Amino acid sequence: MPPNPLRNPYWRFLVAGFRGQSAYPLATFAGLVANATFGLLKGGIMGAAVDSSGGELAGYSAATMAAFVWLGQGMLGSVNFWGGSALQDRIRTGDVAVDFLRPVSVQAAHVLTDVGKGLFALLPRGLPSVVIGVLVSHMALPGDPATLALGLVSLLLGIAVSHATVYLVSVAGLWLVETRGVAVLYMAVSGFFAGLYTPVYLYPDWLLAITLATPFPAMMQLPVDVLSGRVTGWAAGQHLTVQLGWLVAVLVAGHLATRAGRRRLEVQGG
Amino acid sequence: MSDVSGNVIETEGLTRVFTGRPERGSRLRRTRHVAVDHLDLTVVAGESVGYIGANGAGKSTTIKMLVGILVPTSGSVRTVGLHPLKERRALARRVGVVFGQRSQLWWDLPVRESFSILAAIHGLSAADERARTAELVEMLEMGAYLGTPVRQLSLGQRMRAEVAAALLHRPELLVLDEPTIGLDVLSKQRLREFLVAQRREHGTTLLLTTHDMGDVERLCERVLVVDHGRLAFDGMLAGLARTVGARRELVLDLATPGPDLTDVPGTEHVRSESDGLRQRLAFDPQRTTAARVLAAVAERAEVVDLSIVEPDIEDVVREIYRATR
Repeated sequence: MPPNPLRNPYWRFLVAGFRGQSAYPLATFAGLVANATFGLLKGGIMGAAVDSSGGELAGYSAATMAAFVWLGQGMLGSVNFWGGSALQDRIRTGDVAVDFLRPVSVQAAHVLTDVGKGLFALLPRGLPSVVIGVLVSHMALPGDPATLALGLVSLLLGIAVSHATVYLVSVAGLWLVETRGVAVLYMAVSGFFAGLYTPVYLYPDWLLAITLATPFPAMMQLPVDVLSGRVTGWAAGQHLTVQLGWLVAVLVAGHLATRAGRRRLEVQGG
Repeated sequence: MSDVSGNVIETEGLTRVFTGRPERGSRLRRTRHVAVDHLDLTVVAGESVGYIGANGAGKSTTIKMLVGILVPTSGSVRTVGLHPLKERRALARRVGVVFGQRSQLWWDLPVRESFSILAAIHGLSAADERARTAELVEMLEMGAYLGTPVRQLSLGQRMRAEVAAALLHRPELLVLDEPTIGLDVLSKQRLREFLVAQRREHGTTLLLTTHDMGDVERLCERVLVVDHGRLAFDGMLAGLARTVGARRELVLDLATPGPDLTDVPGTEHVRSESDGLRQRLAFDPQRTTAARVLAAVAERAEVVDLSIVEPDIEDVVREIYRATR
């Protein structure tokens, strides 16, 4: 008999995140409206940029640039570029004590819950964004099932890297208690390096080199590349490998930080 | 099971010092606050212990060290025979903790779902989860709101769910930090009855901090009073009452003004108001009961209304502090 996933606590955390998120349909809808509005703005600017450089910019055509814009907008509810998390609040208020009183990995519990929330957001925010993109532009779509499958794996990895990295920001609270400053710093750099505003390939070489040395492109630029079919086959495989490498790196860092930080934990609030 | 000695909790010289940063620009050095000061504590399996003291006396700090969420500055601590910090997960499987002001439930999910996730966390089998949940739901009367998201529960409902959540995995030791804080009389009563029954059936060791003397009197056999991080009293509840005279006051409204009721057995006349229309009698619940006092009063005067004033835990603690300092 195969093991029942319902008896696996980590699976349950993922599902709890997914289901908990569904409790706020209005907020989700507001997020979609904001995404779409900025998508139209971004699409206009980036489309014009491609046009003015003769229909091709850093390897992007009008169709692939539209895909970049709308796939990226669609991911915004699922990846974390603002740097805040439930764990941060729990450390600040001391509720994190409850997390440490469970016979499970605190890191896995939080990252999986957040990934679950991110996966849920694909339904009410991700898919509609793509639909809007198709309606307002001639965005490129994955041409074959293999590209789509690779793209979805890349998307999942991107969501996981994002939340595992924000976990690092949050766990800094075990030393700092108040991590809003760190979160703001994260917000300032993450979107820029992830390719939220423009494709990172538009950056000058030196800046691109710095960008590619951070985990941020693995959160959005790389999955969008794979999903839109901008990279395929062997190159797509390389993208996934880079993402996987970053995921392992930030998870290991988070694990070590949790272990070290636990000794510094001073549960706040009595 | 607990370690060889049968001790569920064992501390030796347990100490925690908090250092605070001085205010910016101040020439003062770091502040030092000794929250728990060389505490030696032993709790044997099956005991039920009330841990009381003024705010800031060191109760919560002790509890946090016992369950491994705070590192002691010095001294040793063993809980159910384990090192709380190094053996966090093993300890979590054998201990249940309720922090009255914190939730272990999933805010946006139905109560039932929270229980189910916790059952998976603790590795209960599907059959065991069903049986244990059904038992707790029945005893704590949670059936009506099992499907309700936690954020919509009343405080009383949520506290019952919290206690159930802490007991789902049948811990050997249940630690309750202010479990009845903010609850109304009826909710308190229900919760206490449940805890008494749980102890009777499962032999769970109980350690609770509280500001409510009623909790201590109805749930605890042994009382520890902590003052400035040190034990000021360690003994049986009856001994505590003897030490501080944890007396109750019976407030009686009589039909007609009458002379002071100074001759009621087992009581002491505290004072009379409105020419004896309202009289206050103090009695020791260990020696007599409210019913007996009332019966004796009824022979002497007609009682129209009555109320019982319980001693304030703050008064009890203050008395202990006064006697030991």
